[in-house]
Amino acid sequence: MSLTGTISGGRRAWLSSRSGILKLGRLLISLAVTLLGLLLITFLIGRVMPIDPVLAVVGERATNEVYEATRKAMGLDDPLIVQFWNYVTEVLTGNFGTSLLTSRPVIQDIARVFPATLELATVATIIGVSIGIPAGVIAAVHQGRWPDHLVRLLGLFGYSMPVFWLGLVGLLVFYGKLDWVAGPGRLDVFFEDVVPQVTGVILIDSLLAGDTEVFANALSHIILPASVLGYYSLAYVSRMTRSFMLEQLAQEYVTTARVKGLSEARVIWRHVLGNVMVPLITVIALSYANLLEGSVLTEIVFAWPGIGFYITNALLAADMNAVLGGTVVVGIVFIGLNLLSDVLYRFVDPRAR
Amino acid sequence: MTKFTSAFAAGMLAAVAMTSTAALAATPKDTLVVAAAIDDIVSLDPAEAFEFSGGDLLQNTYDRLVEFDPKNLSAGYQPGLAASWKVSEDGRTFTLTMRDGVKFQSGNPFTAEDAEFSLRRAVLLEKTPSFILTQFGFTKDNINETIKATDAKTLVITTDKKYAQSFVLNCFSATIGSIVDKKTALAHEKDGDMGYEWLKTNTAGTGAYALKSWKANESYVLEANAEFWRAKPAMKRVFVRHVSESASQRLQLEKGDVDVARNLTPDDIAAIAGNGDLKVDEDLRGRIVYMSLNQKKAPLNDPKVVEAFKWAVDYKGMSDTILRGQYTPHQAFLPLTYLGELKEKPYSLDIAKAKALLKEAGHSDDVAVKINVRNEPTYMAIAQAIQGTLTQAGIKVELTPMTGKQSLGEYRAREHDVYLGAWGPDYPDPHTNADTFAHNPNNTDEAKLTGKLAWRNAWDIPGMTKETEAAVQEADSAKRAEMYRSIQREHQQASPFVIMFQKIEQTGLRKNVEGLVTGSAISSVHYWTVTK
Repeated sequence: MSLTGTISGGRRAWLSSRSGILKLGRLLISLAVTLLGLLLITFLIGRVMPIDPVLAVVGERATNEVYEATRKAMGLDDPLIVQFWNYVTEVLTGNFGTSLLTSRPVIQDIARVFPATLELATVATIIGVSIGIPAGVIAAVHQGRWPDHLVRLLGLFGYSMPVFWLGLVGLLVFYGKLDWVAGPGRLDVFFEDVVPQVTGVILIDSLLAGDTEVFANALSHIILPASVLGYYSLAYVSRMTRSFMLEQLAQEYVTTARVKGLSEARVIWRHVLGNVMVPLITVIALSYANLLEGSVLTEIVFAWPGIGFYITNALLAADMNAVLGGTVVVGIVFIGLNLLSDVLYRFVDPRAR
Repeated sequence: MTKFTSAFAAGMLAAVAMTSTAALAATPKDTLVVAAAIDDIVSLDPAEAFEFSGGDLLQNTYDRLVEFDPKNLSAGYQPGLAASWKVSEDGRTFTLTMRDGVKFQSGNPFTAEDAEFSLRRAVLLEKTPSFILTQFGFTKDNINETIKATDAKTLVITTDKKYAQSFVLNCFSATIGSIVDKKTALAHEKDGDMGYEWLKTNTAGTGAYALKSWKANESYVLEANAEFWRAKPAMKRVFVRHVSESASQRLQLEKGDVDVARNLTPDDIAAIAGNGDLKVDEDLRGRIVYMSLNQKKAPLNDPKVVEAFKWAVDYKGMSDTILRGQYTPHQAFLPLTYLGELKEKPYSLDIAKAKALLKEAGHSDDVAVKINVRNEPTYMAIAQAIQGTLTQAGIKVELTPMTGKQSLGEYRAREHDVYLGAWGPDYPDPHTNADTFAHNPNNTDEAKLTGKLAWRNAWDIPGMTKETEAAVQEADSAKRAEMYRSIQREHQQASPFVIMFQKIEQTGLRKNVEGLVTGSAISSVHYWTVTK
């Protein structure tokens, strides 16, 4: 679902001209077209799937009369184009419809499940990046020697181990045996609804409410799933960092810096890593976006009520309002992260200013 | 970056050390914590809810006019919110006297007007389970006469013809018979919906518990109703948390973070068997696993081919291995414990007999079928085992795994070859399964009797249809039971249904949890009976 092409095009145009408003307008139009395309594709996939959304509502026992009445009430007897038009006009007014599975407005559901995933993916990315970048740098500097092999081996494990299995083993060891962390769920049941929901991110809400007990409990719940997800992020980030670093280390400016008498640490961590940060931002943004939409299995193992689990459940039950709503949100997140990485480029890379 | 990394790692370690004791806490004495898969809940309105988990939640939050005593389920239906009843001589009019002194969780007193409102709205809303009531002839047009509160204490119900008294009362004990607080429902009414939109996510009953919060696919919390008319629940709060993964449920149970784990696989049940802190409760539920052959498709409509299928299934082998303790072999359409249950199991695995039957039918090696099966581990395991034995008998099998919703579409359109799935009774009366397995008044495509399994498999049975209609009107319970046994024997021989298993629910519990009733074949879970 990468939208990098569209956004990069927009970014270049934006940066190359001073007439910002016009360019911004173009960017917004391109975003709108992208979103519309996203909606259309998801909508069509939903309609050609061999699952009957009416049955999702009425269940197996329904008589034909109940079935037909519900089908009509859901507007499914209208032509496809009319259904799509109705949907888009509703979405434009901020109404994603009601989820069949939860009987609540989709927007309310998303406001509940998305912060859970956001919280998990953010902590996971922090773990992945804060360990993955130094690991990649160390591997590149010691290319072909044991630290390099170790980092590559760790990365290989990260890529190849099924997340479902890793999560269960993690639970068994760190929760079941060692008692270091709390079990599945975002909080112990007794802490649920103790702090008022402001952002939906419990770590933040508990701090806002000044409730350290809830914060500690939330942290003990998130640390394991975030580490499992973070390991994947780590594997990806360390491998890419290593590869970018190796490319940079072969450049002449590195030799120049060393000849100038700069310390090796300064050459590596300041000059080389500084240059590597530009492509790394894209890598991190993509890894973060993937965690935001692709952590379904982790969410199942850890009973984490996030958006991946929500969309998957909805898809299996043909709850198309929820699927479409969730997809649009994930799409917007991708677009947002692409924009964000564009902005970060300008800070990190002086040539882009 | 290195400094940041070290600081971050140190912070995380400190946080983990600080929080590690949190996981050790056991649940309080007056609180029950349950881990269960509850993502099947679609609606909390009793007029609409029809899923297992929804039934569990509503069992604890509402009462019905007629109910089962969870401490003695085998005693059959008992007075609930109706303290007593009388049936007219022609068997059509039921006069029910309401129980005194019962209050809703809102504090409103319960009266016959609430009962009238609840049953009428269930008919008027026309949601899927409404057939449980409308089969007695209640319609939008006659509801004001057929369900009527004559005073605050009396409700009079008139059916369109005479039915067995047990049938009528059993149906009123189903979830759709739950009595809703009229004042509260109407206070939340929108566009004349009788409170439907609000009740989809809230409850308003007289049950042992009030719903404190419900987060779809996540959890719900019940709080004891101090005014509950039966008893004071020992568990003041019940937390039910959605945990779909069996291994996660097991770990939480072992750690004491939950008191009850309701969806453990045979492997996890076996793993906790030796743990002195835990125990396993077994309860025979109503779900029947079966395979059915579409009678529109040749040669599946040849009686000899149908019989060959019945001899080519390893009932005992599957129940001893892949289904260990979770299903028991059963070959009749009524679940055990139902009135008219039939324990006879005439079929067992006999490949030679199956081959001989196929040969007699002239289809030794040309039967090739597609089996539609739900893409869930248990059903897939059964399907694969059946594929193995059918292949030995000379039947070529292609398995088509589908999501539940996907396979239903084809099934209801009568387009399948063979369907492998499950059926759970809708209400605690034998007619519920007889009506679907052995009743098909019109076998044409146009009739679209999609709710009936006999119709879905295009099985034309004018004789058995009449027998089923007679059984539901028989007033003498012993005679009625015998009629169902006779229908089932005939069904075992002639029907295109290969009925294989009945569900046993295995629940993992902490040792100190007593009195949890999961409901057997006729009811749902009860929490007010639990002590710790």
